[in-house]
Amino acid sequence: METVSRRDFIKLASLSAVGVLGLRLVSTQGLNLLSAKTKVSELPVIWLQSGSCSGCSVSVLNTKSPTITNVLVDEVVPGHHVNLLFHPTVMAASGEKALSMLDPKKDFALVAEGSFATKDEGVYCMVGEETALKRLTDLGKRAIAVIALGTCAAYGGIPAADPNPTGAKGVKKIFDEYHISTPVINVPGCPAHPDWFVGTIATILASGLQAVELDSQGRPLAFFEHRIHDKCPRRGYYDMGKFAKKLSDPYCLYQLGCKGPITHADCPTRLWNGGTNWCIGAGHPCVGCVEPGFPDDTSPFFRKISLMNDALKNDVTEWIGKGLGIAALTGVGAHLGTTAASGRFKKEEEE
Amino acid sequence: MAKIKIDPVTRIEGHLKVETVVEGGKVVEAKSSGMLFRGFELILKDRDPRDAVQITERICGVCSVAHGMASVLCLDNAFGIADKIPDNGRIIRNLICGAHYIHDHILHFYHLAGLDFVDVTKLSEYEGKDPSLSSIKDFIRRAVDAGDMSLLAPFYPRYEGDYRLPQKVNEQACAHYVQAFDARRLGHELTSVFSGMVPHPRALIPGGVTSVPTTDRIANFFWRLNKLREFIDNVYIPDVCAVAQVYSDYFHIGKGCGNYLSYGIFDLKGGRLLKPGVTSGLDLAHRSLDPKMITEDVSRSWYEAPILHPSRGRTEPNPYKPDAYSWIKAPRYDGKVYEVGPLARLMVSYAQGNPEVKRLVDSYSGDLGINAGGLASTMGRHLTRALETKIVADNMAKWILELNPGEPVYYDFDLPEKGSGAGLWEAPRGALGHWIEIKDHKIKNYQCVVPTTWNASPRDSQEHPGPIEQALIGTKVKDEENPFELVRIVRSFDPCIACAVHVLKPKGREVGRWLI
Repeated sequence: METVSRRDFIKLASLSAVGVLGLRLVSTQGLNLLSAKTKVSELPVIWLQSGSCSGCSVSVLNTKSPTITNVLVDEVVPGHHVNLLFHPTVMAASGEKALSMLDPKKDFALVAEGSFATKDEGVYCMVGEETALKRLTDLGKRAIAVIALGTCAAYGGIPAADPNPTGAKGVKKIFDEYHISTPVINVPGCPAHPDWFVGTIATILASGLQAVELDSQGRPLAFFEHRIHDKCPRRGYYDMGKFAKKLSDPYCLYQLGCKGPITHADCPTRLWNGGTNWCIGAGHPCVGCVEPGFPDDTSPFFRKISLMNDALKNDVTEWIGKGLGIAALTGVGAHLGTTAASGRFKKEEEE
Repeated sequence: MAKIKIDPVTRIEGHLKVETVVEGGKVVEAKSSGMLFRGFELILKDRDPRDAVQITERICGVCSVAHGMASVLCLDNAFGIADKIPDNGRIIRNLICGAHYIHDHILHFYHLAGLDFVDVTKLSEYEGKDPSLSSIKDFIRRAVDAGDMSLLAPFYPRYEGDYRLPQKVNEQACAHYVQAFDARRLGHELTSVFSGMVPHPRALIPGGVTSVPTTDRIANFFWRLNKLREFIDNVYIPDVCAVAQVYSDYFHIGKGCGNYLSYGIFDLKGGRLLKPGVTSGLDLAHRSLDPKMITEDVSRSWYEAPILHPSRGRTEPNPYKPDAYSWIKAPRYDGKVYEVGPLARLMVSYAQGNPEVKRLVDSYSGDLGINAGGLASTMGRHLTRALETKIVADNMAKWILELNPGEPVYYDFDLPEKGSGAGLWEAPRGALGHWIEIKDHKIKNYQCVVPTTWNASPRDSQEHPGPIEQALIGTKVKDEENPFELVRIVRSFDPCIACAVHVLKPKGREVGRWLI
């Protein structure tokens, strides 16, 4: 049985890693899960936190199957291991030793968490005496792909909300400005669901980057295709015109401000925290946290969509107009129209 | 003279830099710097006051529950409904916060602080049959076979040297590191039974909560909680004691400022479970808390008061301010430096004679050969955090059975045109205050003073270093290349930088003028 002694560790540290690892993220041939491999391929990952609350990191720790130990230690997909080189909240190293991991001699994927301050050249967030902005653009150029994890990294999120004090932006916007062509996958959410992250990584490992189909907002369709409203368990009440009059009523929360009709995510079927519950399950209106316009375009959170002021409504119409969501606002009207016309609304009231 | 700079300090929340000057092997100067600014108070201005709950939760993904709570308390107060919260609402709020405490304290000991004491790489010699340890052994083998040390990330590189746990204890601690991942996830699942999801819980609203207690939810919560109580009693606390016995010198390292402040937490019918107060390690005498005596100082922080509107309670960020070295401000109480967190809460409760706290603290500190005053240390912070987890979890098992299905969970209200309010609560890592001013149905001013602002504060105008800085000063550093002492001290405070940096208050201005 081969074992590693402390002395072996030091010896190993001086060995070159070049040529040891073979995985290319962007492969022309899909990798086959069933092809038995004797050698484990490594996907080196650098996880850069910027103007973040670490909520997406904590959320990813909540991954249930695979567990986070499976993700860190085991083959997350048979034959493939995620080699988490740098993650500020998890890694053993601090200071220089930690920073040394930011210059890998092998291909790597970058995970960005948090928005990136751009005002005053990004001085509002420093990682090891360098702005997070500079680290993003430097690492971004070299990475084979970037996962912008959480709404902040994808679209700017709360730090970018009006008046955006630090000029915070999402990864794609910054890459466009810096002419960086590295592919970016947005996995939004405030926070992002662990399955959305692990599922995206697993797809890439099993079948390559091209296997991840994206919507017009750069999100994997596998998780963000349908609106909350489409699959909400309270949808039946909406169709009947039975609306919650106060929070904690068990009916449709549309009148109390639910943004489910304009929000794209599979929360109603996937649920959160290992399937324990979800926002609407706890009686709280959806706040639209996965959308590019969160929070400005999806707030006030407790005002119904049709009563939001015109400017907001126009914004909302514009961005939902880009995708399937165009049906959302018109759909709301049409549904109410139909229900009222068919008398179901009235019948409901009579009951 | 040597300078030791640790940037970034990892395994905490957020971006923290620590710089120390070491002379004759001893820290003579220490600076802790928060390296992120997002400007939350500016973002909150002119929004619907009710939206503050969801927005302030995003200050921090680790303490989002605590921010949500401080915010709803602040709004309850501003809307004049603080005394109208139905029992179900009050209890469910406590259960959400308590479950989050359990998650957070476990996460801190095992996954943030743990790797400073536990040697994962020793598992290469593991010969037992535990599946999780065997899979870590395989993980190490892969790195060895490939001849590539970076494959051991994120457990390597690291500081080398001072890993002292005997082999069996170390193996068990590694197994518990893995088990604790599941336990902390279970803590989050427990939270979400009533909060819908975490991080960033949804159910907290002014007036109470949106989630309804049903019998199945109560049963579900109760049994999940029991599983965690088993973990706390049989794994977490014994592990802390095992580490404390081997690293007993850390009961004398990282003492800190010796002043403790707590706003108190968990609203019961007759006051809070852990009550507000201030005390000092010197006399452990209880003194009542007067929020009016809280001030904030920006002498060494990257902020300026604006020339035009100093009366508006706003300051402007100035990243180029000379002599400043942090985005964190320096809150002071009665002009003095105060530590906040589990140690502070238990010290204050101990000084008040809280029987549950006294019994636990006396029994465990007795077993470990220290007195209550000796808890003021790096290891004391870990021990009090663990004991607090037990106190909270045991009380939750009573609260969950006090819920009444079918009874209201919140008090409905009309949004007032104007008003002001304060919400004082305790995040797992210490005292958390939110303050609001409402005008024309909108937020005119919103402020937060958070735990790490207290603990990781820079020097003030009197040149008094903050609590973490004081805990570092005087520390002997055995190996400047591997300054274990420094990171162990800093991590024992469980710093949360995302929280600490976003506060906008002018120098020396009183913060506590809104009273609950």
